[in-house]
Amino acid sequence: MRKSIFAFGFSIFFILVFAGIASAQQPQATPSDDQVNAIAKQLYCPVCENTPLDVCPTTACARWRDLIRQQLAAGKTEQEIKDFFVAQYGARVLGTPPPRGINLLVYLVPVVAVVAGAYILFRVYRSWKRPIPLPQSPPTDVAPPPAQAATEDEYIHRLEEEVRKG
Amino acid sequence: MIANLGFGTLILTFIVSIYGAVAAFLGARRNSPALVDSARNAMLLTFPLLTVTTLTLIYLLVGVHFQYQYVSEVISNSMPVSLRITALWGGQAGSLIFWSWLMSAFASAVALRKWDRDREFLPWVILVSLVTLAFFLMLSVFVENPFVSFWATPAGNLITSMFHPAGTTLYIPPDGNGMNPYLRHPGMIFHPPALYLGFVSFVIPYAFAMAALITGRTDDRWIHITRRWTLVAYIFLSIGLLLGARWAYDVLGWGGYWGWDSVEVSSLIPWLTGTAFLHSVMIQEKRGMLKHWNMLLIILTYDLVILGTFLTRSGLLSSVHAFAESAIGPLFFGFIGLTLIASLSLLSRRWNDLKSTAEMGSVFSREFLFLLNNLLFILLFIVCFLGVWFPVLTDAMGIVGQKVPFLSRIFTGQKVTVGPEWYKGITPFFFGGLLLLMAIAPLSAWKSSTYRTVARAIWKPFAVSLVVPVVLIIFGMQSWVAILAFWLCAFVVFVTLYDFWRAAWARHQSRQENLFLALWHLLGKNRRRYGGYIVHLGAVMMAIGIIGIEFFQTETQKTIPQGGEIGLGHYTIQFTSLSSFNTQDGRNVARAVVSVYKDGKFVSELYPRRDYYNESQQYVTIVGLRSTPQDDLYVILADWQSLSTTGATFKVYHNPLVWWLWRGMIVFVLGTLFAAWPTRESQRVLAKKAVPVTSKAFGS
Repeated sequence: MRKSIFAFGFSIFFILVFAGIASAQQPQATPSDDQVNAIAKQLYCPVCENTPLDVCPTTACARWRDLIRQQLAAGKTEQEIKDFFVAQYGARVLGTPPPRGINLLVYLVPVVAVVAGAYILFRVYRSWKRPIPLPQSPPTDVAPPPAQAATEDEYIHRLEEEVRKG
Repeated sequence: MIANLGFGTLILTFIVSIYGAVAAFLGARRNSPALVDSARNAMLLTFPLLTVTTLTLIYLLVGVHFQYQYVSEVISNSMPVSLRITALWGGQAGSLIFWSWLMSAFASAVALRKWDRDREFLPWVILVSLVTLAFFLMLSVFVENPFVSFWATPAGNLITSMFHPAGTTLYIPPDGNGMNPYLRHPGMIFHPPALYLGFVSFVIPYAFAMAALITGRTDDRWIHITRRWTLVAYIFLSIGLLLGARWAYDVLGWGGYWGWDSVEVSSLIPWLTGTAFLHSVMIQEKRGMLKHWNMLLIILTYDLVILGTFLTRSGLLSSVHAFAESAIGPLFFGFIGLTLIASLSLLSRRWNDLKSTAEMGSVFSREFLFLLNNLLFILLFIVCFLGVWFPVLTDAMGIVGQKVPFLSRIFTGQKVTVGPEWYKGITPFFFGGLLLLMAIAPLSAWKSSTYRTVARAIWKPFAVSLVVPVVLIIFGMQSWVAILAFWLCAFVVFVTLYDFWRAAWARHQSRQENLFLALWHLLGKNRRRYGGYIVHLGAVMMAIGIIGIEFFQTETQKTIPQGGEIGLGHYTIQFTSLSSFNTQDGRNVARAVVSVYKDGKFVSELYPRRDYYNESQQYVTIVGLRSTPQDDLYVILADWQSLSTTGATFKVYHNPLVWWLWRGMIVFVLGTLFAAWPTRESQRVLAKKAVPVTSKAFGS
């Protein structure tokens, strides 16, 4: 089943790619709905917050889709059509902010967070390997598991311990 | 006049909650049991009072009293009674009342628990609960009063006011706006109450955490008391998200379950920190570690809950400018800021008391794996928070840029969309990491695990799980990412089942019990652990559905005449007929009949619909759906062109495996319920440990 789905997905992809190349090379009379959707999927109109253009039911969005169709028919490429919408309505029509200026933050913050998180985890791990003795605080209420050879018995012991605790 | 009853009880509850909070504070300070007793009675009183307020508002909604602004905003004549009741949470003013009512119900439930062992917590739990409640009541009384009516001035202008302004006459609009038709789906009707229940339940663990910080009783007691509250919060939040996802799938007609919409994501955010909290409290209970971190997490979750309540209704996310004009926004931010500062300063005061004494063994110990889990959830939280707030911030900074020429080049104010593409580029790494942890952590032990012990425990399920990618490759799957993702799912499933089997086998051996009986006893004895594993299995089922739809969804769209066909993969749909009719509730329905063939064989008939709501002049598409464990065929009557009986445009999606997503969600919720279910044993232990009541004030 998956094979056929994959084969199908792949063939659709190639059809779209070739259709895109073909449309770029020679003007087409009526581009199909699927060709329009392939581009509309990546665009957002300023009115319908976060609703991709290919599914947005408003009249304004229908007009945008017609615009895409006209441009496809005129032989424009996908990138040219996207650029046209950005020039007309600003960067917000794209699903992701263009990586320029202050927008870079939206790409950098996750990376910085991952690095910082990993570093903090490393520090915590190091500090826990060498615990600071705190004589005034009470000892933990959980007794450390008895030092045993790491065998299946150890697991069963731990299990029974946990079962007892409920 | 009934509205005056509602408003009167609302004001009374506001006064009672402020009284209760002050009495609790003074009672604790002066060590006066009588004052604390009085505060507790005040807390118990808020529930019946707010019940009256809520019932009054429901009465106005059901009776279509359009002179009240709120009623005219959310109700229309054509709406059935059931929808009029649910319109209680259909707009901001009603939602706030509903939130407060739920909060008072939970606060009363907490007030009624046995306080014998935790006397010192009581006044502070009352204080935190009632301050939170009073804040929401203040918004209802002063800013978003649902009981204001329309009044017409002699000049013909309409004004709104609670009481009759001099020289005006009452204005009753003939009909109201009604509820947005998109929201009339069962999923959306019960989605807000479920989310709110989840939000409200998280206030209780926060209240106990603050009580622990204030009293200095910073052991694990607050976590033990609130464990079930946290799980209840988690169940409701999960159900809320589940219903929201199903609603999106059924109604929005984009063939997906989650659109990474800002409002959607802001309800996911407290769930993420809540999940991190649920895991990290276990480390504190078992090993006495992470006490600071748990405090931070519950403080964060509480403030995110308040923020989530606000964001989902405020409209801030769509327009910064509309937000700047409303009074409710600054109040919310003020409250969040104050509670954050107060909580963090309490935490810093007790910082040294919360130091942990435990040591960590290795990176394969369960503690460290739990830490990694927390890191991944926090990273997901940061990504989601950034995604929601970045567009708002750039927009707001644009205003700064306009005023300060120096900054105008950086803060251009150019609006941006942080859409699904962005989230889909980042979050899969974290979700994949979480799956990997789900596979390793169950077989590692507290403290003593090393890579040798983990490897010894894990190699069997690991080896078996490798069968899955091999089979997928043989069947021709070529996406390496999908193969890896399916393998991770298989790995988690085999590890989890292996752990169930191993534990049951051990019990069977040591107690000579039947294997099934052993498994049954095992599940009952350690509900939290095994409930957690059921939750993991649910998460894997969901992951299978998500991988299916994300990697293998295909779609096509075409305009066809009657009798015409559209092919998609193995499926062919044939357009049989289209009918159009009016309904009694003011809809014009266009209903198509399409026959579905799979490999040339007829399998079912679907009825994709387009309902036009005359009142709101809005189209809603109702999907024709054929769902099987293998795949979903999802047909919509696309509104690209005007409808005619001769031809229609259909959009067809093929969504493999998405069936598993919905079933997985149910398993996920059932697993959480299993973990939260009270055990007879724990009640017995509690009863045994209970201390006799010594003061009237703290009696049952």
